Amino acid sequence: MMKAVLSVEHISAGYKDEFMLQDISFELERSVFTGIIGPNASGKTTLFKSIVGDLDLQSGRILIDAQDVSELSLKEKAQKLAIVSQYFETPELTVEAYVLLGRYPYNNRFQFFESEKDYEIAHKYMHLTDVYQYKDKLLTELSGGAQQMVAITRALTQEPEILLLDEPTSHLDIKHQVQVLDLLRKLNKELKLSVLMILHDLNLAGEYCDQLLMMNQGAIHKSGSAKEVLNYKDIETVYDTLVVTQENPLSKKPAVFLVSAVVKESI
Amino acid sequence: MTKKHHIWFWYVFLIFILLGATILLALSIGEVNFSMTQLWTLFNEPEGIEYSIITNIRLPRILLGFGVGGALSISGLVLQAVYRNPLVEPYTLGISGGAALGVAMTIVFGINQIFPFMSLAVSGVIGAGLVIVFMYMISMRRSHLNINSILLTGVMISFITSSAIMFLLATTTSEKLQDIIFWTMGSLEEPNRYLIYTVVSVSVIGLLIFYALVPQLNAMRLGESQAKHLGINTTLLVKTLFVVASVITGISVATAGVIGFVGLVVPHFMRFLVGNDYRVLLISTFLGGGIFLILSDVLARTIISPNELPIGVITGIIGGTVFLVAMSKSKKLLKF
Repeated sequence: MMKAVLSVEHISAGYKDEFMLQDISFELERSVFTGIIGPNASGKTTLFKSIVGDLDLQSGRILIDAQDVSELSLKEKAQKLAIVSQYFETPELTVEAYVLLGRYPYNNRFQFFESEKDYEIAHKYMHLTDVYQYKDKLLTELSGGAQQMVAITRALTQEPEILLLDEPTSHLDIKHQVQVLDLLRKLNKELKLSVLMILHDLNLAGEYCDQLLMMNQGAIHKSGSAKEVLNYKDIETVYDTLVVTQENPLSKKPAVFLVSAVVKESI
Repeated sequence: MTKKHHIWFWYVFLIFILLGATILLALSIGEVNFSMTQLWTLFNEPEGIEYSIITNIRLPRILLGFGVGGALSISGLVLQAVYRNPLVEPYTLGISGGAALGVAMTIVFGINQIFPFMSLAVSGVIGAGLVIVFMYMISMRRSHLNINSILLTGVMISFITSSAIMFLLATTTSEKLQDIIFWTMGSLEEPNRYLIYTVVSVSVIGLLIFYALVPQLNAMRLGESQAKHLGINTTLLVKTLFVVASVITGISVATAGVIGFVGLVVPHFMRFLVGNDYRVLLISTFLGGGIFLILSDVLARTIISPNELPIGVITGIIGGTVFLVAMSKSKKLLKF
């Protein structure tokens, strides 16, 4: 049996007197593309923060490659787990300098200049994600979509086992949404990279993810393939909204349609 | 070494030359002016009153200006890195004020009579340290603290400390009064050679410590949470930066008095000149701070010669103006 790249074992976490994650467990197989979905305040972000280490666990543990995360140094963890946050700073840096910062977890304590190898790796991923053309441009000069690609490239130069993304498409138009997700899919296939991301848009989640975790009220409501999870019953339970699900005629993946009040009255 | 690193090397080289030129200028200008040839002969024949003016009056001031200017500038730079805002520096955060109050209290309570050597420096460091601990606590308590409220808190601390110093002035004896007034005006005149050497060594050590943290400082430009995700213990980093910044600021203020805005003007100008990478920015800011303060001191002692202006007046006028200009276009500046 293939060992899981990420195992979350019975974790509970949360904020004082507020929202809590209750005893969550799941496993992520290597090279699988997984999406976390769920309504607002269902615990998606809390789960994300617990995995990346922004939030302390109250119980349970998280294993990467069968190693307890709490036993890894911060740098060792950054070599296995790369994170692209929903909102990230756009400092006055060139794209190349920004991407090179992804090599930090591999630097020696007092390494002053980037090595040849650092440049090689950074350039390799910049070609792969097609941001090499912006190499000497300032990050601030790029469009939101291009900035997102650059942020993903920086995460890739960490050469992680797992890439975690918090709503990578939330503020992009459909062209850039597809561009970013196509890229992630390509990285997932070509680099055998495991991807775990929060997605708001159920149709994007259904189209791109191998596996979905549907969260509700601080727990995993259902997990499985997109076809298994995205059915009208579960969606209606979790989102408290009437929907119709059908197959995308081309991809044969599930697609979700909303039902407005006017239509509801007419049927 | 890439092409970029070669350019950095030339920048630093250029700044070193500027520093050398500044030092020569400061040696030659004063109540008595010397030409470069005169300076040259004086160094070859080290004797006479002229030589004594150079080595006993002007050189110590230059050395202190170099140490204090460098220390205040890199303090400002590092605080700006932590708060990711170009308007914070030891003076605007109230750290200089804290140091000043510490020193004033030491003079009033006569502690400097009991422990003459270093007691002022130590009390300056303690005063600066207390303010920085306070700032640290209020910044860390809430994760998203508005930078305006940080600045406002700093200005209020400066206000409170200067009022407290006024209070001490109003209630103390006249001889101590003179001591405090002389010191609060800010001056690079310091009769104690060893104190000057201490200030210079401490600022250079501070610079070296910051250099050891340069990769982390650069990564902090991604924001604290992303830096953490790259494997940086940001809490420890920020604490270390704060401690070192308060020590070098405290010692500088205790020795030279409150000299405002150096930590604002110099990093601002250097960012513009050499760019944002801390590997080159840190040394450039340190040397630039030295140049700026030595030049300010030349102005302070020549404008109304034979009398002398407090150096804080010069840096205050230049720095305050730069602050206003910087603030008016801070939208662009905030991205650094």
